[in-house]
Amino acid sequence: MAKKRTTKKRTTSKGPGPAVRSTDKATLARIDKLADKVVRTSLAKKDPNLVIPSRSLSNTSYNKSKRILQMGSATSDRPLFDLKTARKFMQTVLLSSGVKDLVGAGKTLSLRGMYYMSLHTIQGTKEKTLNDQTESDAVLEDLEVMLGSLREELHVFAKKRGTMIGNITIIDNGDEINCRKMGTGGYAIPSICEDSVIQFKNCEADFVLHVEKDTVWQRFNEDRFWEKHNCILTEGSGQPPRGVRRMLRRLNEELGLPVYCLLDCDPWGHYIYSVIKQGSIALAYESQRMAIPDAKFMGIRAIDYERCGLSDDVQIALNDRDITRAKQIADYPWFANKKPWQLEIKKMLSNGFKMEVESLITKDISYVTEVYVPERLDAQDWLD
Amino acid sequence: MAKKKTTKRKAATAESMAASQREISVSEFFAKNRHLLGFDNPRKALLTAVKEAVDNALDACEEGGILPDILVEIRALPESGDDRFLVVIQDNGPGIVRKQIENIFGKLLYGSKFHRLKMSRGQQGIGISAAGMYGLITTGKPVRIISKTSPKKPAHEVILKMDTSKNRADVVQDTEHPEDDGLFAEGHGTRVEIELVGKYFIGNRSVDEYVQLTAIANPHGRFEFLSPPTNAKPEGERIVYERSVGELPDLPEEIKPHPHGIELGTLIGMLERTSQNQLGGFFSHEFCRVGPKIAQDVTKQAGLTTRSWVKNISHAEAEKLYKGLTAAKVMGPPTNCLSPMGVRTMLKGLESGLNPDFIAASSRAASVYRGRPFVIEAGIAFGGNLPGDDQAKVYRFANRVPLQYQQSACSSFKAVIETAWKNYGLQQPRGGLPVGSLVVMIHMASVWVPFTSESKEAIADYDEIRKEMRLALQECGRKLGTYLRKRKRMQRQGQRRGVFTRYIGEISKACHEITGTDQQELYDVLLAQAESKTAEFDEVLDEEGKVVKDTDRLAKDDGVFIRQATAPQNDADYPDSPPSSNGSDLPPVDDFDAPTTNLFGEADEPKPKRKTKKKIAKKVKKKTKRSSTKASR
Repeated sequence: MAKKRTTKKRTTSKGPGPAVRSTDKATLARIDKLADKVVRTSLAKKDPNLVIPSRSLSNTSYNKSKRILQMGSATSDRPLFDLKTARKFMQTVLLSSGVKDLVGAGKTLSLRGMYYMSLHTIQGTKEKTLNDQTESDAVLEDLEVMLGSLREELHVFAKKRGTMIGNITIIDNGDEINCRKMGTGGYAIPSICEDSVIQFKNCEADFVLHVEKDTVWQRFNEDRFWEKHNCILTEGSGQPPRGVRRMLRRLNEELGLPVYCLLDCDPWGHYIYSVIKQGSIALAYESQRMAIPDAKFMGIRAIDYERCGLSDDVQIALNDRDITRAKQIADYPWFANKKPWQLEIKKMLSNGFKMEVESLITKDISYVTEVYVPERLDAQDWLD
Repeated sequence: MAKKKTTKRKAATAESMAASQREISVSEFFAKNRHLLGFDNPRKALLTAVKEAVDNALDACEEGGILPDILVEIRALPESGDDRFLVVIQDNGPGIVRKQIENIFGKLLYGSKFHRLKMSRGQQGIGISAAGMYGLITTGKPVRIISKTSPKKPAHEVILKMDTSKNRADVVQDTEHPEDDGLFAEGHGTRVEIELVGKYFIGNRSVDEYVQLTAIANPHGRFEFLSPPTNAKPEGERIVYERSVGELPDLPEEIKPHPHGIELGTLIGMLERTSQNQLGGFFSHEFCRVGPKIAQDVTKQAGLTTRSWVKNISHAEAEKLYKGLTAAKVMGPPTNCLSPMGVRTMLKGLESGLNPDFIAASSRAASVYRGRPFVIEAGIAFGGNLPGDDQAKVYRFANRVPLQYQQSACSSFKAVIETAWKNYGLQQPRGGLPVGSLVVMIHMASVWVPFTSESKEAIADYDEIRKEMRLALQECGRKLGTYLRKRKRMQRQGQRRGVFTRYIGEISKACHEITGTDQQELYDVLLAQAESKTAEFDEVLDEEGKVVKDTDRLAKDDGVFIRQATAPQNDADYPDSPPSSNGSDLPPVDDFDAPTTNLFGEADEPKPKRKTKKKIAKKVKKKTKRSSTKASR
C-alpha cells in the first residue's frame, strides 16, 4: 500500500507543475466542502458542528501486521454553540480560510507565518483571534486530520530542525547537494521532504545512524565516522520533526538502508525511538508515511553502565516523572509483548538512574565513535 | 467602733417605721427608673419620645378609620441650650375629647390597650405620659397638646404639668384655639409638643431611621419628618415618605382569653369578677374556644357541673378547673384579633423604602405562644440601592413598630443568625449575619408581644416564636436563592451570548471568503441561533421585569417582587393591587417604551413590545379584578 503510493507520487513528480496543482485542487475542494457544510447547517437553522478525528491515545491503535500506529475512527465534536469550543470553532474556520488563500496563491508559509496571517483583533472587542502560536499550531493539526490533507498539502511548513551528512547526493528543489561535503555544519533537513522537493541521486551508504542530538552528531562528524563506516549520519534535535522522520523513512524505504538509533537511556530516548519506529500518538495519521518499523535501538542500554565500566558520576537519578513515564511506555501495546524491551526498561528502573549518550565521553572523547558503535554494529547488538 | 455604734443605734419601732411608709406612685417609680422606659440617655430619650407619640398617633388614626398623615418635627432650641429640643408630633387622627386629655397624657398606666386582647402598637399605657414626664423633669416645661375632634369644634389647647407624686397631671392652661384650626386640614387631629433634653444623631438607631422604618412597616401612612439643623445640613431637612398603599389594614377584633394562656391566679380573679352566675356561662362568656362540650368535661373533672354556682367555687376547685383547662384539647385562639401586614404591604413598604432589585415576603399562618395568637412575617430585600459587601441589616418590627435597640437580645435576630443563608446563595460567617446587599425584615404581630423590657426593644425568646420566624425566613430565603441562581444563570447566558456573537462575525466572514456565501445572511442566521440558545438572558427584558414563561415559579409567586427593567413602578406589578390603591404618581403608559436597562447595567435597545398599550391597560384591569376576588377569599 505504502509502496504503491510512493511509486505513484514519483511518477507525478516528473511533471511538477500540473501535479502540484491537482493536489492543491483537491485540498481546495476539501476546504470548500468543510465550509459549505458549516454554511448549509447554519442556514438550515441547525447547530454548526465540526467533526474532528480524535488524536488521543485512546483513538490510536497499534497495527501488528504493519507494525505502525494508526488512528482509529473516533471523532470529537466541535460545535459552535458551546462555550468550550466556540473559540476553537472560529479559529478552525478562520485558518481554513487562510489556508485556502495560501494554496490558491501557490505559496507556502511557516507555522509562525500562518499564526500571523490569521491574527487580528475581533471587531468591536479587545479579543484577538489567536492568543499565541500554539493555538494556531493545534488548529492546523486539526485541519490536517479533518481535511485528510498533509501539512505540506496545506502549504504550511515547520521551522527546520535536524541535520544530515554522509555518503549521498540529493537534489533539493533542483539544486544538487553533495552530503559528503557539508563541512562541520551538515545539511539542514528541510521541513518538507516529499519527493516533489527532494530526490535521491547517488547513494553509497550502507546504513543510517540517527543520533538524538546535535552535540553527539558533532562528535561523529568530527571523527568522520560516516566516512569510515560508509553511512549517513542524521540528528533530530531531540524528538525528530516531521521532516527528519520523513527523510529517514524515505532513506529506509526507497534506498533500503537500515536505520540505527543512538539515543539516551531514559524514557524520552525510548519514546523517540518509538516515534521513529511506529509513529507518534499525536500524528498517528502520518505513521503510514513516516514510521520505520525496521528501525533498531542501538543504545545507550541500561546494561552499558556495567558493560562499559562507566563511573558513578554519569548517573542521573530518575525522578518521579521519569518513572511514571517509563512505566507508561512499558505498557504501550507496541512495547508490551517485546520481552527485551520489558527487560531493558526494568533494568533502567532497577538501576534507578538514566544516562546520556555523552556519558561515554568519560571513557574517552571518541569512545562512542571508535569503540561503542562499531562494537554494536559488529555484534549486531541492538534492540528491535 | 462598730460595737459603739450598735449600742448607740436607736431601734426603729413599728410605729416610727410606719410613719415613713407610704404608697409609691407609679410615676415616681418610673421617674427614678426612667431607663426602664427607654429614657436612659439623651439620645435614646429623643427617639423614645418620638416613638411613643408616633405609635399613639398611628393607633388613633387606624382605630378612627383614617389613613394616617403624620408630621414629626424635631426643632432645636439653641437659646435654651445645645441639648434642648422641641419634639412635635402631629396626626390627622380623630382627636381626643377634652376631659380625657389629662388622663392620657398625664397619667402613667392609663389607656385603652392594656386590658384588651387586641393587636395594637401601644400596650401598657405608659409611653406618651412618660415622654411628657421626662420632658418636665429635664426641662421643667409642661407638655402642650392641641386637639381638634371635629371640623365644627374649635381646636383646644391644653398645657399639662405632671405631678409625679400623685400620678396625675395638673392643667396649667386650657384654652380654645380656633386660630390653630389651620393646623388640621382635615378638621381633626392631635398635636403634641414636648420640650426635652436630648441629643440628635443620624444613622443607626436615630429618629431618621425610626421614621424610615415606620414608613416601611406602615405604607398606608404618609410621614413627614423635619429634622433639626446638623453640621452637614445647617438648614435641617424635610423628608417625606409618601403613602404607597391606599387602604387601612384590617381592624383587629378583640378576643377573650384563651384557656391555654391563663394562669391559676388569673382564673381565680376572673371567677371573682365575672358577671356570670354559673360555671357554664362563665366558660362560654369569658373564654374563647371553650364550647359546651369542653366546659362540661372540665367541670366534670373538677367534680362540678356547668350549673355549679361561680360564687361557691373554692380555691381547691379552682385549681382543678385550671388543670382541666390547661389539659383540655381546644382549638387555637382566633386570629382575627391580629392584623398582620400581609405580603403585598410588605412588598410595597420595602420597595418604596429601599428600592431594591428583589424582594421576597412571607406571612406565616397564625400560631400561639402561651395561649396568645401571633403571626410572624418576614421580608428580604436584595440588591439595588442597598449597600453591598456588608453584614445584612435586620429590621425588626413588633405590631408595626420598629425595634431599634438591643438587637442581639431579640429572638428575631437570633432567628436570622440561625438560618442557613449559605443554602440561598449568600455568604454567612459562622454565628453571624449573612453578608451581602441585603435587608432582612421580621415582623411579629400579636395581641401581646412579649418584650424583654418595658422600653419595648427586644422580643423575648419563646421557642414557638423563634420557630415561626425561622420558617418565615426560610420561605423568603428559598425565593431569594431561586432568584440569585436565576440571576447567575442569566448572567452566564449573557456571557455565553457575548462569546457566541463575538465569534459569529469572524465565522461568517471566513465562510464567505471560502464559499462566497452571503456574509450578512449567514451572520443573521447564526445570530438568531445564538440568541435562541441563550434565550434565558432575555427573560428579564419583558415589560414587567418578571419572567413571563409559565413554568417559572418566581414569576407566579405573589410573595416576590423583582425590579423591572423599566424605571418607574406602578401597580401593574402587583397582581392583587386594588384599583385606586394610591393617588400617587401612576406613570403614563407611554413609559413602557422607555429604554430599558437590564439587571447588569448594560443598556439594551428597546425591545419591540409584544403587547400593545391597549392590551397592557386591559391587563391592569383584569388583574385588579382578580385582586377583588382574592380579597374576598
